[in-house]
Amino acid sequence: METGKTKVISILVENKPGVLHTIANLFRRRNFNIESITVGPTQEPDTSRMTITINGDEKTIDQVVKQVAKQIDVLKVSELEPGHFVMRELALIKVNVPNSKERSDIINCVDVFRCRIIDVSTDSLTVEITGTPDKIDAFLNLMKSYGVLELARTGITALARGAKSIRIDE
Amino acid sequence: MKMAKMTGARALLESLEHQKVEVIFGILGGAILPVYDELCGNKKIRHILARHEQCAAHEAEGYARASGRAGVCMATSGPGATNLVTGIANAYMDSSPIVALTGQIPASGVNTSYMIGRDAFQEADIIGITTAITKYSYQPRTVAEIPLTVNNAFYIATTGRPGPVLIDLPKNVQSGTADVEFTNKIDVRGYKLPTEPDLARISEASSILSKAQCPLILAGGGVITSGASDELVKMSDLLMAPVATTFMGKGSFPENHPLSLGSIGMHGNPAANKLLGEADVLLAVGTRFSDRATANLDSFAPNAKKIHIDIDNAEINKNIEIDVPIVADAKVSLKLLYAATSQKLQKGEGTAWTKRVKEAKEQLSPLLKELPKNLVPKALLLELRKLLPESSIVTTEVGQNQMWSALYFQALKPRTFISSGGLGTMGFGFPAAIGAKVACPDRAVVDVAGDGSFIMSEQELACSVTENIPVTVIVLNNSILGMVAQWQRMLYKRRYMAVHLGKTPDFVKLAEAYGAQGLRATSIEEFHKAVKTALTSKVTTVIDVPIGSETDVVPFVPPGCGLPQQIGDY
Repeated sequence: METGKTKVISILVENKPGVLHTIANLFRRRNFNIESITVGPTQEPDTSRMTITINGDEKTIDQVVKQVAKQIDVLKVSELEPGHFVMRELALIKVNVPNSKERSDIINCVDVFRCRIIDVSTDSLTVEITGTPDKIDAFLNLMKSYGVLELARTGITALARGAKSIRIDE
Repeated sequence: MKMAKMTGARALLESLEHQKVEVIFGILGGAILPVYDELCGNKKIRHILARHEQCAAHEAEGYARASGRAGVCMATSGPGATNLVTGIANAYMDSSPIVALTGQIPASGVNTSYMIGRDAFQEADIIGITTAITKYSYQPRTVAEIPLTVNNAFYIATTGRPGPVLIDLPKNVQSGTADVEFTNKIDVRGYKLPTEPDLARISEASSILSKAQCPLILAGGGVITSGASDELVKMSDLLMAPVATTFMGKGSFPENHPLSLGSIGMHGNPAANKLLGEADVLLAVGTRFSDRATANLDSFAPNAKKIHIDIDNAEINKNIEIDVPIVADAKVSLKLLYAATSQKLQKGEGTAWTKRVKEAKEQLSPLLKELPKNLVPKALLLELRKLLPESSIVTTEVGQNQMWSALYFQALKPRTFISSGGLGTMGFGFPAAIGAKVACPDRAVVDVAGDGSFIMSEQELACSVTENIPVTVIVLNNSILGMVAQWQRMLYKRRYMAVHLGKTPDFVKLAEAYGAQGLRATSIEEFHKAVKTALTSKVTTVIDVPIGSETDVVPFVPPGCGLPQQIGDY
């Protein structure tokens, strides 16, 4: 059920215990739906960046940004301007390999998509793919015909393009 | 600043003294004992022993809302802390500054099974439980960080849009010893201070207001919080704009002022609800447009350009689409807006709009309708207003007692009408009255209660009597949970379920059992006499007032309807 476009929100937060709980709890309590969330430290050790993708109309996103901004552990929040940011997601996909013919087909696909094979067994291959969610979806679709045994996706992480940054001091 | 070796408990109390805390409402228990041990013999901080932690939090809130300063409550870990939850939620919904202190089992120590995370006796993750209902929470892990933690907690609770802050104190941190440095420092990196009003917005708002034919001001609780009542009256006089309040804004504008319309809302004054629909400009100040105030959003001030002053940016466009938002303190904003508007506008004499306001009030205001002769809620509340000095404080419980008070009891000054607006917590009024009385010992404090609500915190009679905190409780006794019974009557075809209270206690005897004074009034004359007796009494008085069990609070906007669609003869 799509009510709007997927938006990417970048949040700088205090790097300390409980902050993820606070933000996740806020989304639950305000009835906002997170599509994905990634968290990791920034160049400043006391600061983490959360990248949240969320599906909603303009009014919902406006409320999300304002409610998040109000949190005391949030240092900065900004909706990334469509077309003006880079984003990547990483996925690990374990693919079923029934025979050697299919093994070489899969390896061809891996080359075309510029993925990497990071583990091999007699009847499976584990592929690492990095890219936009669309690219990962496309690759996954191809792999479905062989059988996806296991899938782990990280959710996207993103930065604004060029000199434009989301920094505490800006 | 001075540096000294001391326990965490000592550091906590010195930090509270530094914040000029005079009183803590609390109940002790195992995990908070080191703090109580330090309180023993403390001359600066009075401890008031509540009889239930929920009431301790309500008492702290009553104190805060009467005084404008942070109220402090304290409880032990586990059930003590979880019992605070409703009180904390209430303070959060009504933006009241309270600081809640909870004991916690040790974060580290020799007995590793008695440690946070191991499900030890009376362990509860109170920070996890209260995340959604606190402005912030702290759990200091060292003695040394206590002074800064306390400074930060009071700063966060009382500034911007106020709210509750929790400090969870592991027992080993209370009893541990360290070199403690006291400081005035506040360090909350991510706290966004209230912004100054955007002058372009002020100018835009003043242009709209100066051209308005039918301006109306809606004042919310933010006006009271920011102390902007004088500015509000000036603004109203300049614009010749009638002022309606939200329920939380009651008292922000003197309700005996010719331009006062009373409260809007589900049980609002019909004059306010009606005129809101006729206004061409709405100046809303310090309000979050709650559903009980706005009713159906489609018919909320449909013809009005909307200017919204609020200190919380997240309230802008949350419920109501705004034309001109001003995100800043209400008092500062109103001052600037007045200055800008008075350059464009001469103070008006009567206009067609003020004539219309007068006419609508005469036609619709319940206060100007006939005065009943028998002791019904309306007569009682009008009589109460006559008996109480302007500065007296009235609290209410939740339900019919509350809505009758909103309709018929005129609040004339800010911080004199204290009620559970957002959360609607039955049992709030009596402990809030106790807290208000502690903050303002020289003023009369009266809780207008229902029998259903009063029973929920009646045990605080023990607190008020023992601690010599005399307040007056007026129990509108209809032996029924009146408001839900009214809904069952009006919306569920009179199918009454679980609303009859059966044999409610004899409230006169109940009061006497606690050592309080119990009186009963069955006529206006008896009521008058009872209130006079109560106000001069040195002990808490409960006045039992039997009323009919089928009396409705009318008018009433049924759920889903718009404000003008009020029903019921009144």
